[in-house]
Amino acid sequence: MSLAVRFSRVVKDFGPVRVLHGVSFDITPGRVLGLLGENGAGKSTLMKILAGYESASGGVLSVNGVPSVFASSRAAEAAGIVLIHQEFNLAEHLTVTQNIFLGRELRKALLLDESTMRDQALQALQEVGLTVDPDTPTGELMVAEKQLVEIAKAVSRHARLLVMDEPTATLTPTETTRLFALIRRLRDQGTTVVYISHKLDEVERITDDIVVLRDGQFVMHGLTAEHTRQQMANLMVGRELSDMFAERVPASDAPPLLSVRHFSVPGWAHDVSFDVRPGEILGFAGLVGAGRTELFEGLIGLRSGSSGEVAIAGHAVALRSPRDAAAQGLSYLSEDRKGRGLHVQLSLQDNLTLMDLDRYARPLLDARSQRRALEGAVKEFGIRTGDLDIDTGSLSGGNQQKLAIAKVLQPGPRVVVLDEPTRGVDVGAKRDIYFLVQRLAAEGRGVVIISSELIELIGLCHRVIVMRAGAVQATLDARQLTEEELIAHATGTH
Amino acid sequence: MPPAPTEAPAPPGQAVNADAKADAARRLRRQRRLRELGPVIGLVVLCLAGTWLNPDFATWDNAMNVLTRTAFIGIISVGMCFVIISGGIDLSVGSMAALIAGSMILVMNWVAPYVGSPLRAVLVGMVVALVLGAAFGIAHGVLIAKGRIEPFIVTLGTLGVFRAYLTYFANGGAITLDNTIADVYGPVYYASWLGVPIPIWVFAGVALLGGVLLNRTRYGRYVQAIGSNEQVARYAAVAVDRTKILTYMLLGMCVGVATVLYVPRLGSASPTTGLLWELEAIAAVIVGGTALKGGQGRILGTVIGAILLSVISNILNLTSIISVYLNAAVQGFVIIVVAFLQRGRR
Repeated sequence: MSLAVRFSRVVKDFGPVRVLHGVSFDITPGRVLGLLGENGAGKSTLMKILAGYESASGGVLSVNGVPSVFASSRAAEAAGIVLIHQEFNLAEHLTVTQNIFLGRELRKALLLDESTMRDQALQALQEVGLTVDPDTPTGELMVAEKQLVEIAKAVSRHARLLVMDEPTATLTPTETTRLFALIRRLRDQGTTVVYISHKLDEVERITDDIVVLRDGQFVMHGLTAEHTRQQMANLMVGRELSDMFAERVPASDAPPLLSVRHFSVPGWAHDVSFDVRPGEILGFAGLVGAGRTELFEGLIGLRSGSSGEVAIAGHAVALRSPRDAAAQGLSYLSEDRKGRGLHVQLSLQDNLTLMDLDRYARPLLDARSQRRALEGAVKEFGIRTGDLDIDTGSLSGGNQQKLAIAKVLQPGPRVVVLDEPTRGVDVGAKRDIYFLVQRLAAEGRGVVIISSELIELIGLCHRVIVMRAGAVQATLDARQLTEEELIAHATGTH
Repeated sequence: MPPAPTEAPAPPGQAVNADAKADAARRLRRQRRLRELGPVIGLVVLCLAGTWLNPDFATWDNAMNVLTRTAFIGIISVGMCFVIISGGIDLSVGSMAALIAGSMILVMNWVAPYVGSPLRAVLVGMVVALVLGAAFGIAHGVLIAKGRIEPFIVTLGTLGVFRAYLTYFANGGAITLDNTIADVYGPVYYASWLGVPIPIWVFAGVALLGGVLLNRTRYGRYVQAIGSNEQVARYAAVAVDRTKILTYMLLGMCVGVATVLYVPRLGSASPTTGLLWELEAIAAVIVGGTALKGGQGRILGTVIGAILLSVISNILNLTSIISVYLNAAVQGFVIIVVAFLQRGRR
């Protein structure tokens, strides 16, 4: 039968940072629960605790009334709980069958029982409606197929509670519809499904109940049918949306600060042209894999083989490295804060001044003036920390992001590109960052925002370019900006 | 907005959270201080033990003797410290020292008649040593940074290449410095200034320069940034390739300097010259509290690590508890134990 799961005052700390502040709610068996919350609300962490990938720092998780602690994902699986990750957990070189049975291979005496495994795999694939040869290496499958393999893997493990983390992030609308049909079928067979997403139209379509988390705290639990999308959005954000953004200031008509023509990045972007004017906030929307990040990585010289014309403030420039780009007044902040944005093991000060160290070298580095710069940045960007000497990794996500933005602004760029500037950031910091972005534009800089959060593109941008499969699909100005419009262009169903 | 069927629990006390934060920060700082003090405590304990085991240990002469012998490895360790902080490694330093020593001697012997005086020949030899060291280092750096080959593989390869060429030049035997040149060159190793042997002065100078370079210059900051996370450094407009090449070049030059001090000691180079120096240099850096995964490290720690290792071998020499032949084994054990103590959680 289905599993009844109860969270009681579940707490999770990552080092000094508390990401879950005592969350309590029940997951009703045999229903589809939408788990809502903005980036950094703690949805994924809570589900990882449920599925044995993380252990709670406090509180109790009960399954069918029995307090349970899963030491590993295997232990959770044994109890019938399976989490399907946003980035899949498939060994790309192994076949579909090998992946489905990974870690619990069937044996005949000492040898693997290949034929039985193949038969059972085929059966599981049929159940999820996927027709591929089970001997295909998973690396050769399309994204949607990989996802179905993940679900087949869960089905073959007799999952009674299935957690899906942003399952549609890379799917086309048709694939999404098919996935929803499968989810409904699984539910009708008695499987409980937890559906994590911040696409509210999908939540409305597929879920029976919703739970909203905000900044690591439980906000509410209710029936999906009783809430409008607007209400859900307000609950996630914790305040009226209009309060999140400053008054929009029109961009100037001055000649463009950044002008890109026929820019291509092999395998990712094809013949992209756009302008950014002083004071303008230009958004880039698109699905995961649409080539937005790669386009800008190509622009600053990080991807070889890129071609096209780039002009900054009217002068043609050749940007062969981020160093060239910074020297010409173009700064890029990566979406991958820990991997590419900040040195989490270094001090705040070292991070802040890294892009503009020349200013502090005379010729030996002057620690005191760097310290003054940090004190200034902490004040200017509202970075909240009691101690200026801690490792950058000990800051909360929002404060790390503010530091990262302060860092890329150090060289005094004329054009700033911010890739997913509010990923993994709490609501308060989000609002601060939105106001900061609008201030940067008001100062006359050109600002580019790459974002998957439609709400922020709509609230911030003067214009939004929608990319699909590496090409510009549409350019929408502020009056045309709606979620439906953006999604339609991003998925190619306009 | 409709009323929510279930109510949110009251948020936990902020004070508790702040306390936990402060605690964690304090714990982290204590851990770091322990890591910095570890090598010093180790050295003090060893010195006490040495004094207790043999009264000759705690004499000025023995101290100078230990430090002079430390100088070669110590100077190389300073360069190695930069390479390891940058996230790299150089296994070839022992072979490189041997090849530089051999080449240097051959050049000095050959050039002496042309330049007129043995002194000039020695100066030429010194320049050759430094240039060769720099050139080998640049070659490593280019292969690693531009060629995108693992530093482990590149320097494992040159470890073999360098020593094989020395053996080839020496015809399997030894390359020996002419006596007239050796007489002029000898003081570089044997002479003292203010009662302290020259190699110790040079070691101190290199260490001081290294400390300033690492902590007080842009280059030093870039080395740490690259070792901590190369991608972040690249995205932050750091010239990653250039910095890496420079780092291997500096290590090569350190090997050159060490060789310049080493050659007058024996006046010859053979296939066993500089054997296992890579082990000692890497051990000194690790024992000194620098993490092998890069990102952070300390020159002073490295210097103490190098001294600590030669104190161990000195004690083995002065006492008969463990055979001198097991010196490298002891060093090997020390590096493993220290790495074990340093390992991060999980």
